[in-house]
Amino acid sequence: MWNTKQYDIIVVGAGPSGSTFARIAASNGLSVLLFERKTKIGIPVRCGEGIIDSDLRLFYEPRSEWISNTVNKFCFVAPNGSSTTFKFKDKGYILNRKIFDNDLATLAEKEGATVVTNAYVSGLLFENDKVVGVKGICNNEPFELKSKLVIGADGVESRIGRMAGINTTLKLNEIGSGYQKTISGINIDKSVCSFYISNRLTTEGYIWIFPKGNDKANIGIGISGKASSNGESAKKRLNDYLDQNFPNHKVESIAVGGIPISKPLKQMVADGIMLIGDAARTVNPLSGGGLILGMKSAVKAVDVAVKIFKDDLETSKLNLMEYQKRWMANEGKQINRIYRIKQAVEKLTDENLNRIIKKVNKLPMDKRSIARLFSAAIPQKPSLLIDIAKIFVGY
Amino acid sequence: MIKVNKDECDFCGACVAVCPVDCIELFDKDIKIDSKKCTECKLCIYVCPIEVISYVEHEAV
Repeated sequence: MWNTKQYDIIVVGAGPSGSTFARIAASNGLSVLLFERKTKIGIPVRCGEGIIDSDLRLFYEPRSEWISNTVNKFCFVAPNGSSTTFKFKDKGYILNRKIFDNDLATLAEKEGATVVTNAYVSGLLFENDKVVGVKGICNNEPFELKSKLVIGADGVESRIGRMAGINTTLKLNEIGSGYQKTISGINIDKSVCSFYISNRLTTEGYIWIFPKGNDKANIGIGISGKASSNGESAKKRLNDYLDQNFPNHKVESIAVGGIPISKPLKQMVADGIMLIGDAARTVNPLSGGGLILGMKSAVKAVDVAVKIFKDDLETSKLNLMEYQKRWMANEGKQINRIYRIKQAVEKLTDENLNRIIKKVNKLPMDKRSIARLFSAAIPQKPSLLIDIAKIFVGY
Repeated sequence: MIKVNKDECDFCGACVAVCPVDCIELFDKDIKIDSKKCTECKLCIYVCPIEVISYVEHEAV
């Protein structure tokens, strides 16, 4: 039985980041327990499900069952309805996260990790202020379990980190309030992902349309928590948009969620614990995309953890800090740059946005790029143009 | 006090992420607010994507 053993590592949360960490740790010979609060991994989905082929291949060989649809263009729609279309440098997919998430946990299991669902972690165990395990409830039975290292991969709520004394609380302007409907009965080009931007309607956020093939699409909205309130919520805004633009749609399913859109966490590790994925705020604060960044954080964290175990070192904050250092030297630095761009973009009025789309649309499609789009958006800020160039190389 | 309509709640955790006093506990299909710790700052009400959290003056008996 899992609750009578002692593990090298306990991972809390079987999303893509947690499962990726667990798989790699187990494949390196470490004993790993992967806890999931939900009864079924991957359900409910809380994601737009878009991913770029080459990004996914950094971690997994794509399986046909994971992919609902393949896309090769994306389109920005201005507040006045005019739009400009770009080509992806490679293809993108709209995933089926239910199958994807479940398969990732299964792959971890195949490498030797123990996966336990329906397990609620309510607290951490401490010895001399160091995290030495977790406690919780599984199928109405309380448990306490020790491990040399705990991984907080518990998503946007990130309570595991807080229990360890790490401040993971998001301010209202650091969280996206997200609402998405998977709808059918609509007629759209299934090769194009669309982004509708309007400062007025999608304040500090956007509406996405990700076609899932046949006559289906994920249509969702993310707005700043600051702009959200009763009567102006993500749900209300998306429903208004759908009623106006897709009056005959049929709702297949609904997804709800918070999206971290903050700067990187100041502290990603403590004695005996590391945070990865949404729990560590490893999300692009402009797009809200966190799938790839989350798995990147998992790989960085597991590299450091495996080395610590191989060298028989302490899982002290000092030793685990190597993960945070590597993150901040690469992805963390990029996220800070994106955050600066986001702050400038948020100030644009709907008139500004209409003008920018018009300007970019004058270029032939093969000359259009995200870098050009953002350069057109904030030409008055030369320092930001350097940020844009560094982030969107090749885009 | 702060009330959650549990029939409508999707248990997504957006409210947990913004709670400054960490008084919200989320289970697979349940959510609990510790009213002793809660400061009624209402951030959870604002961030909720589906408007299922509300403030009531007194608890209905």
